[in-house]
Amino acid sequence: MTHSTPAPAETEALGTSPTASSPARRRPSRVHRQRLRAAWLFLIPMLLVLAAVAGWPLLRTIWFSFTDASFASISEYNWVGLENYLVYDDGMWFGVLADPAWWQSVWNTLFFTVVSVGLETVLGLIIALTLNAQFRGRGLIRAATLIPWAVPTIVSAKMWGWMLHDQFGIINDLLMTLGIIAEPLNWTANADLSMWAVIMVDVWKTTPFMALLTLAALQMLPSDCYEAAKVDGIHPVKVFFRVTLPLITPALMVAIIFRVLDALRVFDVIYVLTSNSEDTMSMSVYARQQLVQFQDVGYGSAASTVLFLIIALATITYLYLGRKQIGGEA
Amino acid sequence: MNSRLLKRIAGKIGFTILLVAILLFTVFPFYYAILTSFKSGSELFTVEYWISSVDFANYAAVLGQGSFVKSIWNSVLVSFATVLIAMGFGLTAAYALGRVQFRGRSAVLMIVLAVSMFPQVAVLSGLFEVIRAMNLYNDPLALIFSYTIFTLPFTVWILTTFMRQLPKELEEAAIVDGASPLTTLFKVFVPLMWPAMATTGLLAFIAAWNEFLFALTFTLTDDQRTVPVAIALITGGSQHELPWGNLMAASVIVTVPLVVLVLIFQRRIVSGLTAGAVKG
Repeated sequence: MTHSTPAPAETEALGTSPTASSPARRRPSRVHRQRLRAAWLFLIPMLLVLAAVAGWPLLRTIWFSFTDASFASISEYNWVGLENYLVYDDGMWFGVLADPAWWQSVWNTLFFTVVSVGLETVLGLIIALTLNAQFRGRGLIRAATLIPWAVPTIVSAKMWGWMLHDQFGIINDLLMTLGIIAEPLNWTANADLSMWAVIMVDVWKTTPFMALLTLAALQMLPSDCYEAAKVDGIHPVKVFFRVTLPLITPALMVAIIFRVLDALRVFDVIYVLTSNSEDTMSMSVYARQQLVQFQDVGYGSAASTVLFLIIALATITYLYLGRKQIGGEA
Repeated sequence: MNSRLLKRIAGKIGFTILLVAILLFTVFPFYYAILTSFKSGSELFTVEYWISSVDFANYAAVLGQGSFVKSIWNSVLVSFATVLIAMGFGLTAAYALGRVQFRGRSAVLMIVLAVSMFPQVAVLSGLFEVIRAMNLYNDPLALIFSYTIFTLPFTVWILTTFMRQLPKELEEAAIVDGASPLTTLFKVFVPLMWPAMATTGLLAFIAAWNEFLFALTFTLTDDQRTVPVAIALITGGSQHELPWGNLMAASVIVTVPLVVLVLIFQRRIVSGLTAGAVKG
């Protein structure tokens, strides 16, 4: 997939281009110096903004995680060391890492991530394969798949909250009409069902993203190997698993990793659909509850920092694999 | 009838069922929100599958609330300003990253990518302190500032991808003429970048319009909120008395403009999403 756009090293840039003929050698270097200066002048504002809005706040969050700062008086705090993370006091362990609710939220987040990204990948693949076929009204279906993506997460959570309503919801009505369930289910409050309700909403909302990225990958496949397979009379299912799937795997992996990193920081859909219920609480919901609702900036920052470390680890793994992949192709 | 024909007909039917299933899956929830928004009173409590009556009472009720209208304005202001800021910083940075080869370029690209992976919660307390220090707490300006954390990285990323694809002959003429880099950027590249800028701007607009966590945390009073927060906080007497009709009307109001935009620009959006994700 990455060969569609040049990797950074392959890009030709003016001034350093080795094709510059020797008589003109001196001029490009002056131009090049001017361009270099301009490049940094152009980059510095952006880097400063990122530092102000991301770098500095992140450092402060990590700093706060070693203090007892509170939301109301964020400027008055004492250094408490690792107390917010883990502390042994009076025969008991305290801190984020000793809180069963935190570990529950870690488990919830991982479960949510694996199940919803898995379902989105499979459904996205099915939709992409369908849209890749030639049929009348294809444009219409492709437009329709974009609708869930455009709906704000909050709105989709509310819409589904209404559809999943225990008394007046259309899903209970439908399932009862079809005879699948006898009693209406309380989807968002029942401990066994609420996580599945969250996953349902997320799958609805983000499958289009997966479908579109998969479709883009499918449309770049060379058609000649399909013709060869057709001539040889190989079964389409076999062609899919032997040819299509291996060829789109790199693109699929990139899309999956994007979704995984997104799912690990999930907040909106869970907060709106099931509020602060422990059965569905994600790491982000846990951290924000400590920070804002319980006003405990120190403790909440410790939870945020652990979440950051988890995502940083996932990102580094991704970058490492991505670089290896680009390196392999070059 | 021979078995091959039968098989083809079965295949056709199966495919049609698949198409209908996809269409129902993607469109039905939004359709049902529209249907609900036209119902009022006790009609809400009978499940219907077709729109039977059209009653705009819920829309009137929602738009009659000053605070909801104010929150729409806040959202519009915040989203447009976020797009403008992301464009301004993003275009210049993308020019440097896409057209000039210099040492440290891949490091800058890595920083940009890393910031786009930041969990928003991880910067929440630090950002809260910064916003308090700037005296912007409970002010939509705080949101414009904080939204650059996610709009700027992907704007830079996508614009860099597009900028790289332009032929270098374009620039050569400008350099021979002695044009400064800023002139080159705005006179040569920006006119060619309109499609890419429209795509990126649209994605940034949608991201800002839909953002929830910062908006929930950095605003306090009803007339400073953006629409996602306003909708999330619509409450009735209790959990079981939520005014669903109003809620769905409000949801439709904030979603219809987005859906229309997305349907008009669907090709651009798809190309933007793939440019952002495929370039790994």
